[in-house]
Amino acid sequence: MKKTYKIDVDCANCANKMEVAANETAGVKQATVNFMTLKMIVEFEDGADPKTVMPEVLANCKKVEDDCEIFL
Amino acid sequence: MNKKQKKVLWRILAAAALMIVFALLPLDHLPLLRFVLFLIPYFTIGYDILIKAYKGVRNKQPFDENFLMAVATVGAIALGEYTEGVAVMLFYQIGELFQSYAVGKSRRNISDLMDIRPDYANVEGEDGELEQVDPDEVEIGTMIVVKPGEKIPIDGIVREGQTTLNTSALTGESVPREAGVGDEVISGCINLTGLLKIETTREFGESTVSKILELVENASSRKSRSEAFISKFARIYTPAVCYSALALAVVPPVISLLLSQGAHVGTWVYRALTFLVVSCPCAVVISIPLSFFAGIGGASNAGVLVKGSNYLETLSRVKYVVFDKTGTLTQGVFRVTNIFCVKLRHEELLEYAALAESFSTHPISKSLVEAYGKPVDQSRVTDVQEISGHGVIAKVDGTSVACGNEKLMSQMNLTALPCQQAGTVVHVAVDGVYSGYILISDEEKPDSKAAIAALKQAGIRQTIMLTGDRKAAAEQVAADLGIDQVYSDLLPAGKVEQVEKLLGSKGKNEQLAFVGDGINDAPVLSRADIGIAMGALGSDAAIEAADIVLMDDNPLKIAKAINISRKCIRIVYENIIFAIGVKLACLVLTAFGLSNMWFAIFADVGVMVIAVLNAIRALNVKNL
Repeated sequence: MKKTYKIDVDCANCANKMEVAANETAGVKQATVNFMTLKMIVEFEDGADPKTVMPEVLANCKKVEDDCEIFL
Repeated sequence: MNKKQKKVLWRILAAAALMIVFALLPLDHLPLLRFVLFLIPYFTIGYDILIKAYKGVRNKQPFDENFLMAVATVGAIALGEYTEGVAVMLFYQIGELFQSYAVGKSRRNISDLMDIRPDYANVEGEDGELEQVDPDEVEIGTMIVVKPGEKIPIDGIVREGQTTLNTSALTGESVPREAGVGDEVISGCINLTGLLKIETTREFGESTVSKILELVENASSRKSRSEAFISKFARIYTPAVCYSALALAVVPPVISLLLSQGAHVGTWVYRALTFLVVSCPCAVVISIPLSFFAGIGGASNAGVLVKGSNYLETLSRVKYVVFDKTGTLTQGVFRVTNIFCVKLRHEELLEYAALAESFSTHPISKSLVEAYGKPVDQSRVTDVQEISGHGVIAKVDGTSVACGNEKLMSQMNLTALPCQQAGTVVHVAVDGVYSGYILISDEEKPDSKAAIAALKQAGIRQTIMLTGDRKAAAEQVAADLGIDQVYSDLLPAGKVEQVEKLLGSKGKNEQLAFVGDGINDAPVLSRADIGIAMGALGSDAAIEAADIVLMDDNPLKIAKAINISRKCIRIVYENIIFAIGVKLACLVLTAFGLSNMWFAIFADVGVMVIAVLNAIRALNVKNL
C-alpha cells in the first residue's frame, strides 16, 4: 500500500535525513521525500497498518530533524 | 515572504546593524564590555540555532548543521573573534532565508505555469439558473455549461454550441482549436468565443487535467542518479569534514609541541572552526532537486510531460531515436487513393472490404468505411476473425471475404498483384478468389522533416523508423524525411524484437528512445530506455506506458524535449562541480592557513545563492 503525506521541513538536507529515518522505520517498505513539493510517499510493508507506522515515522524524523512535520 | 521569513529578515537586519555599530566602537580597552555587547547581536540572530543545536545533541545527532554552526560560532567567540562569530551566524541565517524564499518562489512559479486546475463547474439547475459547484462533485453524464473565458473543468462531449478553444496550457500550442457539437473536449482548455454545453464523460479525478497535475507533481519524486549521488555525498561529506576539523585542532599542535616549537593552539582551532562553517552540504543538496523541478516545470509548460527526474536524465543521453511511422511521422489519417479490381466493379470491391473491416477500429479499416460512404449494415457481416498483422476474414452476406496484406493472401495460397505506389495495400479475396487491391495512403506530417533535422543537429547518432508497412512505401517515406534506417513489414511483436536488437547493439552510456503515438505500441514504449508518446492528450494507455508524454503531436517537440533535458542536466553538473569544488578549495586553503572564516562564509552561503539562482535557469526553456 502506498500513501502520500504532506510534510513541512525547511532545508533540503533535512528532507534527505527524514527520508533515511523514514526508511529505517519498521513497517515501511520504501519512503520517498520530495522536498520541492513537500510530500512524503510511503509504501508500507504487507500487513503494516499506516495508523500505527506513521506516528513511528514521525517520531524518527523528529529525532533527526526537530523542525519537521508530517501531516497525518 | 511568509511570516516566518519576515521575522528572520528583521532579526538579520537588527543583528547586522548592532554588529556593525559595535565593531566600529572603540572598545579595545574594555574587553568585558565588548564581549557582553557582542553577545546581544549573537543571541538575536542565533538563539533558534542554539536551541536546535541543543535538541540535536539530546537526540544524538552530532552532525546536525545547527550544532556545527553553534560550535563554530561559540568557538570563534571564545577565541576573541567576536565579529566573525556573529557574522557566521548572520550569513548562515541569510543563506537559509534566501534558500527558503527561492524555493518557495519557484514552487509558486511552477504551479503558476501549471495553472490549469479549474476551481468550479457551472451546472444548470432545474430553474435554468447556473450554479457553481466543486468539480469533484459533478457526476458522469451531467450537463455543464462553460462560458467564454472559462476553463473546461471536466472531460466531456459538446452537446450545444460552437467555439474555439485555447489548448496552450496543455499542449504549448498557441493556435486555437475549433470545437462544435459532438466533439470531445478535454478539461484544462480555455473556452475562447462561444457558450458550450458539455455532457461530462468522466469524473473530475479521472479527467485529463487531474491526471496531468498528478503526473507533474509526482514527477520529482522519482529521483535521478545525480540526486542519489548527492544525498549519499551529503551523508559522507559532513562527518568527514567534522573529523578533519577535529584532527586539525588536535594533531598539528601536538606535533609542534613534541618538536618543542610552541603549540599555536589558537591558530589551529581557528582553522578547525573554519572547517565547520563549510561542513553543511546544503548548497548542493538544494540545487539538484531544484534544477530538476524547474526543468520538469519548464518542460510541462512547453507541452512536454516528464514523468520523473530520472527520465530527464536518461533523455539527455539519448543517442538513438526510434520512431513508429504511422501517427508519429505521418498524420495517421488514411485515405483510399486507388482501387484496382480483377473481376468485380470498384464499388463492389470497396463494399466487401468496408463491411468485412467494419468491426475493426484500426485507422485503415476506418478509412475503408469512410471511402465506402454509405451506412454500414453490420448485420450482413458474420464470423469476423481478426488475424493480427495479417488482416481480417469475415463472411459478408454469407460469402467469405478476406482483406489484408500479401502475407494473408499467400497464407490462402493466392497470388497478390504487386503495387508500386507508396502506401498501404489491402488485398481482397472474395470467396477464395483474388479480386484486387485497395491502396490507402497516409500523409507525412508537415514538421516531420524539420524534426529529423533538428534531432541530427542535437547530436542524435541515428534515427530509425519501424513500420508494419511494405518496404517500398516505408523506404520512400524514410528517404524523404532523412531517416537513417528503416525496418519494414513488422508485426507489433516484431517491433519489440527489433527494439531489443537495437538495445543490445548500442554502447553502454548511449540511450535509446522510442517515439510512438501510444496506439498499439505500449509494449515497445515500456521496453525502450525512454518511451515517448505523442499526441497523447486524452489517451490514458499512452500516458500510462510512456515515460515522457508530448501533449500535441508535433514531432519537433522531441528535439525540444531533448534540449530541455540537456540544459537541465548541464545545470545540475555545473552546480555539483561548482559547489563541491569551491568547498574543497576552501578546505584545502584553510588547512594551510591561506583562507579565513570570511572566505568560508562565502563558500557556504555565497555558493548556495549562486547554485540556487543557476538552478532556476532550468525553468526557462523558450529558446531551446
